[in-house]
Amino acid sequence: MPVKQISVFLENKCGRLADVTRAIGNHGINIRAFSIADTADFGILRLIVNRPEDAYEVLRKEGFTVSLTDVIAVQIPDRPGGLADILTLMQEAGVNIEYMYAFVEKVSQDALAVFRVENPRVAIKLLEEKGLKIFSEEEVYNL
Amino acid sequence: MTLYWNEKYECMPRSELRALQEERLRNTVRRVYYEVPFYRRALQERGLGPNDIQTLEDLLKLPFTTKNDLRDNYPYGLFAVPLSEVVRLHASSGTTGKPTVVGYTRQDLDVWAEVMARALTCCGATKQSMIHNAYGYGLFTGGLGVHYGAERIGASVIPVSGGHTKRQIMIMKDFGSTILTCTPSYALYLAEVMEEMGISKDDLKLKGGLFGAEPFSLKMRDQIERRLGLMALDIYGLSEIIGPGVAVECPVKDGLHIWEDHFLVEIIDPETGEQLPPGNYGELVITTLTKEALPLIRYRTRDITMIQPGDCPCGRTHQKIARFVGRTDDMLVIRGVNVFPSQIEEVLLRINQTEPHYLIIVERRGQLDELEVWVEVSEHVFTDAVRGLEHLEGQIRREIEEVLGISVKVKLVEPKTIERSEGKAKRVIDHRQL
Repeated sequence: MPVKQISVFLENKCGRLADVTRAIGNHGINIRAFSIADTADFGILRLIVNRPEDAYEVLRKEGFTVSLTDVIAVQIPDRPGGLADILTLMQEAGVNIEYMYAFVEKVSQDALAVFRVENPRVAIKLLEEKGLKIFSEEEVYNL
Repeated sequence: MTLYWNEKYECMPRSELRALQEERLRNTVRRVYYEVPFYRRALQERGLGPNDIQTLEDLLKLPFTTKNDLRDNYPYGLFAVPLSEVVRLHASSGTTGKPTVVGYTRQDLDVWAEVMARALTCCGATKQSMIHNAYGYGLFTGGLGVHYGAERIGASVIPVSGGHTKRQIMIMKDFGSTILTCTPSYALYLAEVMEEMGISKDDLKLKGGLFGAEPFSLKMRDQIERRLGLMALDIYGLSEIIGPGVAVECPVKDGLHIWEDHFLVEIIDPETGEQLPPGNYGELVITTLTKEALPLIRYRTRDITMIQPGDCPCGRTHQKIARFVGRTDDMLVIRGVNVFPSQIEEVLLRINQTEPHYLIIVERRGQLDELEVWVEVSEHVFTDAVRGLEHLEGQIRREIEEVLGISVKVKLVEPKTIERSEGKAKRVIDHRQL
């Protein structure tokens, strides 16, 4: 199953990142992974949190432009060439990556990365056939 | 130097001028009554017949005409002649999608050339002049308006139009241009580029110029005169009435003479519609007295000015209106182009599919006006991919540019960034120090 990612539109101005994280922090929502894509004028903050639906509502109420996006969480062996191997497998499976970023925490001996792909459900099936470990929502939110 | 183009009319005693105006007003009212259904209905609703308007005082009985009336009768509904009599069309920005279309008969073009010849004569143009016309040629009335007036005088016209600034400066220098016509901001831009190119005003032969189609402050006049070495006069007009040449400053430089043998002038309180006496600021209202294709009765220009009391030492007897102090609506003039916030709103509504929150910011960088539109990103259009938002930004920019015909910068901003006041957002911030 895909994992829910929160995406937040941010203008490039001082203090906005703190505002977002404070808002969800005040509601006891914990960040598991994040990344920021930015241009000269604006940025998009992407978050994996333990309670995505709650985070979505909290941020909307705070007046942010927010969306929920399906992404997949893939286990990556923590060794030189580990990510390259996974990416090669994804390429062989014909899975196109829009963007990716890594989790802060490690899962046992392995690392965890988030991938945004065109069709997450199809990608999960293809990658599981290749023997990759895909994390479920529960596993990710409860890390 | 020729003082006047048409002394008989420009210096006509007020009593004679008044008689001429009344005769022409009677003809105009009769013509719109019989030829324009819109006006016939409006007069009938007031119980007026074609002969009920005899004196200038009777003008008060007549209804106003607004830009919306032109829009509602788009494109030709207010024309008073068959299209076979129309020899020219021009258009200006409407408040939404459709432009305002104006038509001219051969005689209308003749009147336009006449008033433009008077205006050009004010800034010193004669048969010997080399007139460098940097107003845009096209649907905009600026270029062709000056052009025909200059030819009427018998001067040589350089129809250089807008853009290619370095080439324009080369032409001014090599062709020996003596009169310059363009927007005041473009005149200052020319001065700036000249300085960069190491060309001084002494390398040019400029003597006078008419600058209009956008706000023109005294400070700008001083700069234009000092940096280009010419006498800079303000010119006013609007396409609905005829184009440039409705009013112009004389060398006294204290107010713009409005050519009252062709345009009947009133100042009204924009709230109540009541006429205001000279010396009071209000909305300029014009009734055309000689227009054939598109005669307009009590047209509300939305420009705020006053009739200046007193006679002018230049000898012209036509009343003067003061420098414009603003608008009764939210129209902006950017690089000579009329921009209504509603035009931008319409584009955003189409793209956003919902009521857009936006802010228009106008700045003057160097000598040129820049237009920036801030748009709040709503959930309807938010996508989690950078290129999706960049695509949105580009789409908004292209569609606004398509509608306005000038370049804009678009900036996507967070919701609630744009201040709401009393339920309605402030739509425009104009940082220009005019």
